[in-house]
Amino acid sequence: MPQDQKRHLGERIVRILMVLSVGIVLACTVSIVGTVLVRGIRTFSWDLIPWAALAGSLYIVIPAAVLGAFISVPVVFYITMYRKRSDPVSYIARLAYDILYGIPGIVYGAFAFSLMVYAGMRASVLGGILVTVLLIIPIMIRSGDEIARNVPDELIEAVYSLGATRWETLKVILLQILPGMTTAFLLAIGRAIGEAAAVMFTAGFSDTVPQSPTDPAATLPMAVFSWISMPEPFPDKAYAAALILTVIVLLLSLGARWLSRRFTQNNLS
Amino acid sequence: MNPESLTVHHLNVHIGGAHILKDVSLTFPRNQITCIVGPSGCGKSTLLKCLDRLHYYIEGLEVSGSILLGGQDVIQAGDRELLELRRTIGLVPQKPCPLPMSIFDNVAYGCRIHGLHKNREIPDIVEKYLTEVGLWEEVKDRLGSPAVRLSLGQQQRLCLARTLAVEPEYILADESTSALDPLSSKIVEDLFVKLREDYSIIMVTHTLHQARRIADHAVFLYLGEVVEEGPAATLFGQPREDLTRKYLAGIFS
Repeated sequence: MPQDQKRHLGERIVRILMVLSVGIVLACTVSIVGTVLVRGIRTFSWDLIPWAALAGSLYIVIPAAVLGAFISVPVVFYITMYRKRSDPVSYIARLAYDILYGIPGIVYGAFAFSLMVYAGMRASVLGGILVTVLLIIPIMIRSGDEIARNVPDELIEAVYSLGATRWETLKVILLQILPGMTTAFLLAIGRAIGEAAAVMFTAGFSDTVPQSPTDPAATLPMAVFSWISMPEPFPDKAYAAALILTVIVLLLSLGARWLSRRFTQNNLS
Repeated sequence: MNPESLTVHHLNVHIGGAHILKDVSLTFPRNQITCIVGPSGCGKSTLLKCLDRLHYYIEGLEVSGSILLGGQDVIQAGDRELLELRRTIGLVPQKPCPLPMSIFDNVAYGCRIHGLHKNREIPDIVEKYLTEVGLWEEVKDRLGSPAVRLSLGQQQRLCLARTLAVEPEYILADESTSALDPLSSKIVEDLFVKLREDYSIIMVTHTLHQARRIADHAVFLYLGEVVEEGPAATLFGQPREDLTRKYLAGIFS
C-alpha cells in the first residue's frame, strides 16, 4: 500500500473509533434515562410518589451539604492561600482527600455504622447526615482546591498591592471563586443524593416521613433498591422513585452547568 | 506628600539557591518615570515585586537589604505599616486584572478598605479617577456591569484608576502595556507620561523604544546586577558602560 493511502486509512480508522465511542456513550445515556422516564411516566400517579423516601433524602442531603461546605471551604482556603504550594501540610491534606475521594460509599457506611454502634445510636436521619458529610467533604475539597488554584496570581497581587489585609484579599478571592464553588456544591449534592450503599445501614428504612433526627429514614436510592424486587405494585413505586431521583440529579447538573457558564462570563478565567 | 525618594540599599534576593538580585542599590527619583530595562530573566520583575513586598508570596525566596520610603523599610515593616506602604506604592500588573466586581466597585474598593472617604463622596472619587484615566465617558452608563466585560485596554486603564484611587505616591508598572494592542498600549503609555506630574513612576519594560520615549531616569539591569543607572538621556545617549552600549545596540537581548 502506498504511503499516502496508508495515512488516509489510519485517519479513517481513528475517526470511526471516535464516532463509535461517542455513539456508545450517547446510547447508554439515552437508554438509561429513557427506561427510567418511560417506565416512570407510564405508571406514574400521585399515589406512587414515595414521600417518605423523598423527604428522607432531602433531610439527609441538605444538612449534610451545608455542613460539608462549612468544613470544606476553610480547608480549601487554608491549603491554597495560607500555605505555600509545596508545603508538607498542604501535601498531606491533598493526599488525604484524594484517598478519601476514592473510598467506596459502602466502606463509609460500614465505618459510620461501627461508630454509631459504639455510640449507641440506631439507624436514623442523623446517622445518614453523618455518613453523607463524610462522603461530600472530599468531593467539595477536591473541586474547590482545583478552582482556588486557578485564581490568577495577578489578582492576588493586585489586591495586596492596594494595601488589603489577608482576610480582605480572601474575601475578593471568595467572590472570584463563588460561582465555581456553588457549581461544585451542586454536583456534590447530586452525587450524595444518589448514594445508596453509604446510607443503607446508617439511615435505615421507613415507610413514614421522619419526625425527628433520631427517626430512621428511607432515601430515594434505598427505596429503589428495596422495592424493585418485591411483588407488584412495588416495582412501579421503585420506578417512580428512580424517576424523581433522576430528575433531581438532572436539575442539579443543569444548574451547575448554567452557573459555570455565567462564571466564565463574569470572572477572570 | 513625603519629599523623600524611594531608595533600595544592598538588596539581595535568592530563590532556591539562585542569586536573582545581587547587591542592588538604587534611588527612584520623585515625579519622574524611571524605566528598568534589561534582558529577560535579569530580575526586573523580581525587583519590582520586592518594592511592594509581593515577593513574600513566592516560594523559597530569601531577601536581605532594605527598601526605604519615608523612614520605613518595606522589607522589615510590620503588618500594619506594610498595608500603609502598599497603599503608598501602587502596582499596575502586566496582564489587566480587574477584581471580580463591577466597574464602580473596582475603583471604590481601595477607598473602602482604607476608609479614605465618606461613603457619599465615593461616587465623586470614582468619577474623578475614571476621568483621570480617560475611561469615564466610555463607562459612565454602565458602572454597575462586571469589569471583565471591558476590553483589555479599558481593563488596564481601570486597573490604573483603581491604583490611583488609594492615592499612592509611587506607581509600579510591570510591562503594563505589553499585553495590549498597539492603540491601547499608546493610550496607557501617554497616561503614564501625564501622571508623572503627580506621581513617581517605576516601570519595567521590555521595549527599549518605549523606555527611550518616556523615561526620565533609567536603570540597566543585567543578570541581577545594576550595570548602569542615571538620567535617561545619558544612559541611552552616552552610556558609560560597555555592556550598556552593547545592549542598546541590540548585540544581545
